[in-house]
Amino acid sequence: MKESALSPAGPARSSGWFHYFANPGRFQRVARLTLPWLAGVALVLTVTGIVWGYWFAPADWQQGDAARIMYVHVPAAWVAMAGYAALAVCSFLSLVWRHPLADIAAEEIGPVGAGFTAVCLVSGSLWGKPMWGAYWVWDARLTSVLILLFLYLGHIALIRAFDNKAHAYRAAAILALAGAVNLPIIVFSVQWWNTLHQGNTISFTGGSKIYITMLYPLLIASLGFYLTFITLVVARMSAAISERKTTALLRAAAECTP
Amino acid sequence: MNEAAIQSINVWPFINGAYGVTVLFLIGAAWATRARYHRARARLAQAEQL
Repeated sequence: MKESALSPAGPARSSGWFHYFANPGRFQRVARLTLPWLAGVALVLTVTGIVWGYWFAPADWQQGDAARIMYVHVPAAWVAMAGYAALAVCSFLSLVWRHPLADIAAEEIGPVGAGFTAVCLVSGSLWGKPMWGAYWVWDARLTSVLILLFLYLGHIALIRAFDNKAHAYRAAAILALAGAVNLPIIVFSVQWWNTLHQGNTISFTGGSKIYITMLYPLLIASLGFYLTFITLVVARMSAAISERKTTALLRAAAECTP
Repeated sequence: MNEAAIQSINVWPFINGAYGVTVLFLIGAAWATRARYHRARARLAQAEQL
């Protein structure tokens, strides 16, 4: 732990707030308070979004009921990409400041992000069959998301491949940062290449191609998926910190035993 | 996109499959994470008593 993180004047110093919140002990206290609320809101929004999309949202004029897959496929895709962006940020913080919390966050984001990416690929495949006549095509968008899954799996494997944890975190962080180049490729793949996958439907700068009755359940499901991702990662980080403390305490107790 | 072909396919097995996979993943991930969280906290509490 860096000295600034433990200093009483930590938050007041330049970039001190960053070190203040990166303290594992403080993170545990904040996580214990916020986790029940995060989990509750995530559950309500996710269930609302999924139920709304499955039963109450209107069918698409062209794709019919098959467009209902959008309410699970698109949020999973957004979370998969945001998760990798978070993984890359944590890896950068780990390489530059060597924060133990950034290493723990990167380690715990990997499996959750890989899960959401797998959900995105499977639901997209099940959407592709009735629309394109094939579960899979080597389309630029699909292929770049498959590469994202491999990057997540590579990161998980690399962290577990070293006996020395510090070396493992550094190698995995380099992989995560190098792999971040795949994110703009995923986003712009539908513009750069002629793809079977449809273009971007939602635009934050105006010109969204989706009607409001379909946009609301999509946004609610997306918010629910984002909060579910955050809840899972925070809970896993908290568990990882507890496991490390337990190991340290047991080791200390064993060394004290004559 | 061939609309006539889409109309002739029963799309509900694909919709149910996509939602089923998603819900199973969310429930599984939440259950596994909750179990790990509580187990880690219980073990830490035990270790602190040593």
